[in-house]
Amino acid sequence: MTHAAAQAPAGKIVDRDRSAALAFLAPSLLFLLVAFVTPLILLLGVSLAGPSGLSLDAYGKLLGTGYYLTVIWNSLRLALLTTIFALAIAYPAAFALARARGMVRTALLTCLFLPLAASVIVKAFAWTILLRSDGIVNRILVGLGLIEAPIRMIFTETALIVGSVNIFLPFMILPIYAVVTQLDRRLSEAAATLGAPPIAAFLKVTLPLTLPGIIAGVALVFSLSVSAYVVPTLLIGERYPTLASTIAKAYLLARDPQFGAAAGVALLVIALIVVTLSARLAGRENSR
Amino acid sequence: MSARIAITLAWLCAIGAVVFLLSPLLVIAAASFSPTPVFDLPVGGASLRWYARIGALDGFWPALSLSLQLALLSTALSLVLGTLAAIALARGKLPGAQAIATALVSPLMMPGLVLGIALLQYFRAIGFNATWSALLVAHVVVTLPYVARTMIAGMVRFDFTLMEAARTLGCTYAQAIRRVMIPALAPSFLIAGLFSFLASFDNYPVSIFLTDVRTKTLPIKMLQYIDEAPDPTLAALSTLILIATIVLLLASDRLVGLHRMAGTGD
Repeated sequence: MTHAAAQAPAGKIVDRDRSAALAFLAPSLLFLLVAFVTPLILLLGVSLAGPSGLSLDAYGKLLGTGYYLTVIWNSLRLALLTTIFALAIAYPAAFALARARGMVRTALLTCLFLPLAASVIVKAFAWTILLRSDGIVNRILVGLGLIEAPIRMIFTETALIVGSVNIFLPFMILPIYAVVTQLDRRLSEAAATLGAPPIAAFLKVTLPLTLPGIIAGVALVFSLSVSAYVVPTLLIGERYPTLASTIAKAYLLARDPQFGAAAGVALLVIALIVVTLSARLAGRENSR
Repeated sequence: MSARIAITLAWLCAIGAVVFLLSPLLVIAAASFSPTPVFDLPVGGASLRWYARIGALDGFWPALSLSLQLALLSTALSLVLGTLAAIALARGKLPGAQAIATALVSPLMMPGLVLGIALLQYFRAIGFNATWSALLVAHVVVTLPYVARTMIAGMVRFDFTLMEAARTLGCTYAQAIRRVMIPALAPSFLIAGLFSFLASFDNYPVSIFLTDVRTKTLPIKMLQYIDEAPDPTLAALSTLILIATIVLLLASDRLVGLHRMAGTGD
């Protein structure tokens, strides 16, 4: 009796908290339902709506034409190369960043944040200036005697990858840096004390511990670069059609919403695969 | 020995990354002072004439004003929505709070173009053709995840017993939020607001599908200028945008510290 009496008010408080919580959550969730979830469902519908009812024509065109398979491959290749180069630079750089102290660290973090905050269009435009045949990179190479005459760099795949790595690199460094700063350096020292050679200590201790940062960075950079639009448009253009440019063309020029929607769904599926895969991998890391 | 080589290599990568990341920014700033119209480096004579021409770019002022309005309003709306949701998730002991948090942040993983065409279709289907309002709705979808992510992280660290103490001392719930929670969470608000403002101000892939001939945001105008006639006026405009970004970053650094931004930057 007394027991139940003592519990009743507590139960009421939880109930009140819960209904208040729902009232606080409702605006965001309703907004996303109306302005995010519904439009996506509609997009899926449009991609399946032919002139006379349900049709898979748009997907057939996307997955059954050699040209569009190349387009899909171009998007994946851009994302893959960007991710690999970004990881190769970011992983060691994150360790240096985590070791830095005081002024040096502030300076390095500033140098990381400024490009991250800077407009993508500004950075991509800067690369078009840097890589022009009368541009600075060419003049330096000629000046150093590395090449005889200026070479064409802009509108090549190299220009595209350089620009893309440049723009997405901070998204790889930051998650890895966040994990490395949490790293207990005594662990790898312990491994060394116990006689593990540095390579083994790295592979068995450091690498597994920094894996969550790598997974987060790879997922972020891959999903950003696979759908990049501004960078390919400015740095390579028509020579390298991607899913993103196909979507834009279908809507802005060709007025073929069904096909554009199908290409959009394809891009969405790629993004979802990356997110699901990385969440899986991260979950497995956590439960170990 | 090999540890030393590894550390040296790490430092080389870090310095290389910094030079690589900064080079486009330095180049654009240098080119904006070009004495000739072909992006020369200002060796021998710097010129400020390109800066004087920015205001004369066709449609520049309306585009700037539209972009500022959208960035400020969408950030304000996202801060309200995102903060309320973060309080609920931190305090509500709701079943599936983790899943709800993931759902709130999920538009962040959405390719911008896909969101753009989805909204275009949707607005057409429901007959909603007010360009300005359509852009605002789209920008809130873009900015809300940035705010939700930062505010959820901040709210988890916030000590809610402070709120109870304030209420015991006679504050109403609204007063407790205003006098206790908002000051304590000021760094989170600032970081969330900064990320949100920049995400909106720089957005191209979503806006491009929702603008009309007369209503264009600054990024769309800029890409159009680059396409039509890339001269150093654009470098000058880019440099001014960069300087504004640096001022914003420096102010935020003064107030909260870059290190905390790195922690919540993801």
